[in-house]
Amino acid sequence: MSLTNDQLQSVAHLARIAIESEWRDALRADLNSILDQASLLDDPRLDELEPMAHPLDQTQRLRADEVTETDQREELMAAAPASERGLFLVPKVIE
Amino acid sequence: MSDYVIPSGWEAVIGLEIHAQLATRSKIFSGASTAFGAEPNAQACAVDLGLPGVLPVLNEGAVRMASLFGLAIDAEISRVSSFDRKNYFYPDLPKGYQTTQLARPIVVGGEVTIPTGEGKKATEHTIRVTRAHLEEDAGKSLHEDFHGMTGIDLNRAGTPLIEIVSEPDMRTPEQAVAYARKIHAIVQYLGICDGNMQEGSFRVDANVSVRPTGDETLGTRTEIKNVNSFRFLQRAIEFEIERQVDLLETGGEVVQATRLYDPDRDETRLMRTKEEADDYRYFPCPDLLPVVLSEATIDSWRAELPELPDAKAERYQSEYGLSAYDAGVLTSSRATAEYFEAVIARDGADPKLAANWVMGEVAALLNRLELEVGDCPVSAEKLADLLERINDGTLSNKLGREVFEALAEEGGSVDAIIEARGLKQISDTGAIEAMVDEVIDANPEQVEAYRGGKDKLFGFFVGQVMKAAKGKANPKAVNDVLKRRLDGE
Amino acid sequence: MSNNSQHSSATGESAIVNASIVELRRLIDAGEVSPAELAAIFVGRIEALDPGLNSLISRVEPAAPTSSGGSLSGIPYVHKDIFCAKGTRTTCGSRMLADWVSPYDSTVHERLTGSGGVLLGKANMDEFAMGSSNENSHFGAVANPWDEKAVPGGSSGGSAAAVAARLAPFATGTDTGGSIRQPAAYCGVTGIKPTYGRVSRYGMIAYASSFDQGGVIAKSAEDCAVVLGEMAGFDERDSTSADREVPDYAATLNDSIAGLRVGIPTQWFSDALDPSVGDAVTAAIDELRAAGAETVEIDLPDADIALAAYYLLAPAEASSNLSRFDGVRFGYRCEEPKDLQDLYERSRSEGFGAEVKRRILVGTYALSAGYYDAFYRRAQKARRLVTDHFHRAFERCDVIAGPVTPTPAFDRGAHSDDPAKMYLEDIFTIPVNLAGLPGMSVPAGFVDGRPVGLQLIGRHFDEARLLNVAHQYQQRVDWHTRMPPVAADSSNH
Repeated sequence: MSLTNDQLQSVAHLARIAIESEWRDALRADLNSILDQASLLDDPRLDELEPMAHPLDQTQRLRADEVTETDQREELMAAAPASERGLFLVPKVIE
Repeated sequence: MSDYVIPSGWEAVIGLEIHAQLATRSKIFSGASTAFGAEPNAQACAVDLGLPGVLPVLNEGAVRMASLFGLAIDAEISRVSSFDRKNYFYPDLPKGYQTTQLARPIVVGGEVTIPTGEGKKATEHTIRVTRAHLEEDAGKSLHEDFHGMTGIDLNRAGTPLIEIVSEPDMRTPEQAVAYARKIHAIVQYLGICDGNMQEGSFRVDANVSVRPTGDETLGTRTEIKNVNSFRFLQRAIEFEIERQVDLLETGGEVVQATRLYDPDRDETRLMRTKEEADDYRYFPCPDLLPVVLSEATIDSWRAELPELPDAKAERYQSEYGLSAYDAGVLTSSRATAEYFEAVIARDGADPKLAANWVMGEVAALLNRLELEVGDCPVSAEKLADLLERINDGTLSNKLGREVFEALAEEGGSVDAIIEARGLKQISDTGAIEAMVDEVIDANPEQVEAYRGGKDKLFGFFVGQVMKAAKGKANPKAVNDVLKRRLDGE
Repeated sequence: MSNNSQHSSATGESAIVNASIVELRRLIDAGEVSPAELAAIFVGRIEALDPGLNSLISRVEPAAPTSSGGSLSGIPYVHKDIFCAKGTRTTCGSRMLADWVSPYDSTVHERLTGSGGVLLGKANMDEFAMGSSNENSHFGAVANPWDEKAVPGGSSGGSAAAVAARLAPFATGTDTGGSIRQPAAYCGVTGIKPTYGRVSRYGMIAYASSFDQGGVIAKSAEDCAVVLGEMAGFDERDSTSADREVPDYAATLNDSIAGLRVGIPTQWFSDALDPSVGDAVTAAIDELRAAGAETVEIDLPDADIALAAYYLLAPAEASSNLSRFDGVRFGYRCEEPKDLQDLYERSRSEGFGAEVKRRILVGTYALSAGYYDAFYRRAQKARRLVTDHFHRAFERCDVIAGPVTPTPAFDRGAHSDDPAKMYLEDIFTIPVNLAGLPGMSVPAGFVDGRPVGLQLIGRHFDEARLLNVAHQYQQRVDWHTRMPPVAADSSNH
């Protein structure tokens, strides 16, 4: 399995990460050496196994439908890079 | 009802995806309030903002409400369901993923029936529901002026939703609207969604494709978003069918895409094509475990189910003798049915009379004032008072309407209005006999003619008596007395 | 037992910095040292030693203990800088959060503070817990106190180095693929990664949610037992937290291990294992036998498959977990974004370091359309395979003993240009995370002056047994009492 430059570009776009051109080849080589290991997963012993999503065999606990949070806007928004009148600001979103 | 007719030679195939906000007190994964209308971000807690390190815990209320919906449409409630992450970047999506259910939704299958056609052609259609799953709502982007910036309010982020996906079982815009209305009625009957379309509590996306009549294969579909009323749903689908048929008839091609309905221009416009759609990279949410429901829990929820629209409509027919059409209209929304039932809760109430008034005067008034039945200026209690006065002969139907208008405009009690306006009907036989005698004495020629066989003149006499009584005489009493006197008893 | 202070007294600095938590609590209760004095001693050591080690990212002004009766009352400690503590900067070793002050407390912080613990600082770490050398920190590399040319291990490298240098009696850590055990081994300290679900993850910044587990790095198993007893337990804010009682870990430390069945994974003693590390681990196992334990050979194959699965699953979860760092609500935001796309791309590209970006990209790819089945789903099946191997092994033994890492601490810079090679350092620790089992790293000697660790692995929720075995081992050896020369020098001032 080998990642092409185009694939790398589209994955980078999905992840919203810009790749400086001087890093591209080294990065691609790194990713390919990681993905090469994935061929170990072709092992036929895996075919019939149930995929495992969690290490423990537990089920979801349900929370009572109660309001437990109070307004902490000031504290929670203190770290916002840009905000105004209680709103987070981002560059104009065009729909 | 629209007069829209699909272009001849073509058939439309329509499926709907409906997002209904669940009426829980707190959010699906946090203890923040879901109340509408708070200051921006005042109801967005650390979990809703997706701060580093926070974790979700599932709200039982949301699971219960989604299950109630499933039970109401005869669906299967998954004994094991689970949550997945749908990954994409958008400023109103705080974590960069939406927690939703892809692989194992909580509700699978189910169906609803919708009325189609009117009068003699009225019939029923079954629309299948594919699935309904739980997910979290996103926040809102505000595009007003923030020096060319967009403001993000995350109060809505984390509000529980069920997304109800139908099979492509609808063939006309009317059917689609009827289905959407039915789902709207069901969620309101269940009390799991307030159904407010303007505030976005109930949102409908339509998947529309067309094909030549008789074709089995489906045409390329488009998804229409941003439809926030039933009327717009009808218009948007009509527009989209026309657009697609025009394209195909002129040698064009329908492009699979998401389109936005613009109500101001009454058209749909391209939002993004399939190629531009994100690769959402769904995978099982590692912060949430499988949701397992026991038979006992599901049974206890089943026991909570209220009487639903179909059952109620049937009961109205069998118990009150209403027509299928009337029963359908009265049960079409929970609020209307509640209003009607409050009116007939009065001892001695006549359900048919009540049905006529609710579907007639009340509906007309609401239409005129553009109000919902819950905000009707004439309460069910007042209408029951009024119908009681019609039943006991105090008011004629006509005078009743006058009292109803007065109630709507000025309020007050029924009896006080009758008193103040002197609208009491004259039912006293002595007074009516006196008026009848006066009319007979004053019109000897007409009496002669009537007795000579000109039966049609009876109406003339009734008119004269009513004129003398200024319209307040009890019509039945007037008839009785006139008949006696004229027929020479 | 080593006691290298010339004027030893119960409250002399050397005695204090080497004392157990129980002993420190006794000194406080007896009025021989106050919590403030104790904090001052360790703050002094931090000021003297940390400029050379760089084990802390932030220092925290010590507060008076909130509880006087708790088993940690007055005991100083440091947090791995992945645990949110309200009002403290919590960076996760990243430029992305370089200035982020947490507005809330993690459950672990709440519990340690509630038990009277006194926070002295936030420990350095590989960015977002991704790394095995602590070289991936935005705040610079950490020196191994035993040898400044060596890495301290990662990702909890700062925590392990701080405890090794006696800058605090204990530190918190997190372990996703070995991040407590490996640095503990490299720094000659004792670390425990509990069963997945044992310690709440609430407020612990996520790397890979189905693997991440908080734990303790301390000088001894006994100290780990005391701290874990306070940290562990059900938390209703974490859906994956286990609703099970926490046993009194200290109560069973002195139980005999006679008759205990210790499983030895034969495959782990192969060519991949540095022979001198193998010798040290074998000697440690001999000590367990001498204490009455029986050893049985067990099969734990497919470590290579485990590694391959981990390096798809963990990055996949990470790619999603780290999407929230978008420059909108908190954290780093690029200068003058020209549009939304630019805001996202530059904030994330400038805010994340190379290893984090690598893993996000691998994870994104593994989850993307067309590759999900071949990568992600297949890796989940491999997780089952590896877990089944452990379950089978535990039919024949009570604990598993083996190496923590194939080699002692490597030199700084040795693997920084080959991530895949670096990942091999985790080959004995990762399978434990795939299965969600508890694991410990216990000092077991030195190779060329660099510490070597013995790994103990238990059944789910069998932490008490691991601590018991480790403690019994530590009753027979003194590796865990050895102090790096740089730390000893300071206490002799």
